Amino acid sequence: MFIHLKDVSYTYNLNMPFETVALKGINLKVNRGEFIGIIGHTGCGKTTLLQLLNGLIEPTKGQIFIENIDIHKNKKKLKEIRKKIGLSFQYPENQFFEENIFKEIAFGPKNMGVAEEQLVQSVKKSLQMVDMDYQSFKDRSPFSLSGGEMRRVAIASILAIDPEVIILDEPTASLDPQSCSKLLSVIVDLYQKYHKTIIMVSHNMEIMAKLARRIIVMEKGEIIMDDTPRNIFQKSIDRLEDIGLSLPQVTYTMYKLKKIGKPVSSGILTVEEAKEEILKLVNENKK
Amino acid sequence: MIEFKNVTHFYNTEQNEKIASLSGINLKIHKGDFVAIIGANGSGKSTLVKHINGLLLPSKGEVLVENLNTRDMEEVWNIRKQVGMVFQNPDNQLIATTVEDDIAFGLENIGIKAKEMGERVDWALNIVGLNGLRNSEPHLLSGGQKQRVVIAGALAMNTSYLILDEPTSMLDPKGRKNILEIVKDLNKKESITIVYITQFMSEAAQFDKIFVLDKGRIVLEDSPKKVFDKAEQLLGLSLEVPQITRLARELVKSGLDIPGNILNEDEMVKYLCLYI
Repeated sequence: MFIHLKDVSYTYNLNMPFETVALKGINLKVNRGEFIGIIGHTGCGKTTLLQLLNGLIEPTKGQIFIENIDIHKNKKKLKEIRKKIGLSFQYPENQFFEENIFKEIAFGPKNMGVAEEQLVQSVKKSLQMVDMDYQSFKDRSPFSLSGGEMRRVAIASILAIDPEVIILDEPTASLDPQSCSKLLSVIVDLYQKYHKTIIMVSHNMEIMAKLARRIIVMEKGEIIMDDTPRNIFQKSIDRLEDIGLSLPQVTYTMYKLKKIGKPVSSGILTVEEAKEEILKLVNENKK
Repeated sequence: MIEFKNVTHFYNTEQNEKIASLSGINLKIHKGDFVAIIGANGSGKSTLVKHINGLLLPSKGEVLVENLNTRDMEEVWNIRKQVGMVFQNPDNQLIATTVEDDIAFGLENIGIKAKEMGERVDWALNIVGLNGLRNSEPHLLSGGQKQRVVIAGALAMNTSYLILDEPTSMLDPKGRKNILEIVKDLNKKESITIVYITQFMSEAAQFDKIFVLDKGRIVLEDSPKKVFDKAEQLLGLSLEVPQITRLARELVKSGLDIPGNILNEDEMVKYLCLYI
């Protein structure tokens, strides 16, 4: 197992008047090659969890192991660990500062001591992984890009340090539908073709239902569900509604049909699945 | 009424080229309208709405709000009193240390008397459902609550036009739903004109009318039913139809006799019940 959070809690302003518990008693194991979606509403502790995962903040209680090393007992290893786990914040384009895309992407590896001649290789490879052409993009200003391209450059700048795990916080927020699906296909490539472990936070349930292999639902600083998307969107619909999370429109439609007594199977996640299920029932009804 | 007369807006690139972010826009938004604006990133949506209250001025053409021209420096403050703006990130619009002070900020600036100020703040807080939080510190609120404070701030000014530029893109599903309900109520109960930019097609589907922008031009202007009936055209504009409409179209293709432009779950359930 790759990442292990053992009984982790995090409290902001510990022992101060404004003490706020952000996470409590989190136990989480992440294996190599997983695609994990994290859902939960604003303030449930998702971002704090992400920041703990790559050692950006230290838990106020509990331990974090990465490849069996307690990362906060071995401070020297922290830099190495951050190389393995790349974190992309919300609206990563707000952190752009270089004059061209080459420099933007090369910034990370350069800081980590990668030699000049290898930098070109590293930038080329990273851009290729996000499906952008090196020659046509390297000299352009990152600020001249479209919203979707900016996001991909931001991901490329993380890929440049060659992490094994990519953590993405709301990667598709405010992208138009097509930039959104392009970005998602890049993320699927990272998972399938380049075998990266993906941990992604999103409020978009359609995306989560379609892409994630495992979904973690958080509520008030705790993990309340940890299961496959099918199980979560099948068994726990009422609970999800209670805590204010939405369902993909097709999932919700099938759930409503079931509620009024129609013999549909619930836990439908995509348009294709819904179509098959509906056509099957229509045909049965004709007989 | 908001009226754009042949509005073109140029900006200069680093290379000093002139690029038109809006070209020849003609549009009318009447009092009481409930409209959404959709379009790819960079299609000119934000540029367009920033023209409504004179944050941007047209390079060519005119923008009129209640017949006041945004170019007229004497009138721009009268326009801004009528046109409230809500942007994507509420953190950029909150300034005071309590919710109440934040909402009252605009009123103090225009010299409203304390008593009336109190009444207007009460009224605005009530509408957005934040009565219980009037003394809270804005930065301790959730994203959805913060966005509601921003809306209340605009309402307190007796805004007749409320422009919202992707107000829900940073919110969770519950926050999104809530903002949309408030906006609908403002339109139906308070007759406030709503202009709402969104990247969520399922949100756009709930408005009376949709403007579709592409490369600075309005390419479609119609009801959601008619706009989302043009799935192929939308794809060409980097847009799509809501997921439920995608399902409806797939079912039509497979021979089921239902409309291909179903826009919400209830409608879908209603039609499916005819067959299963």
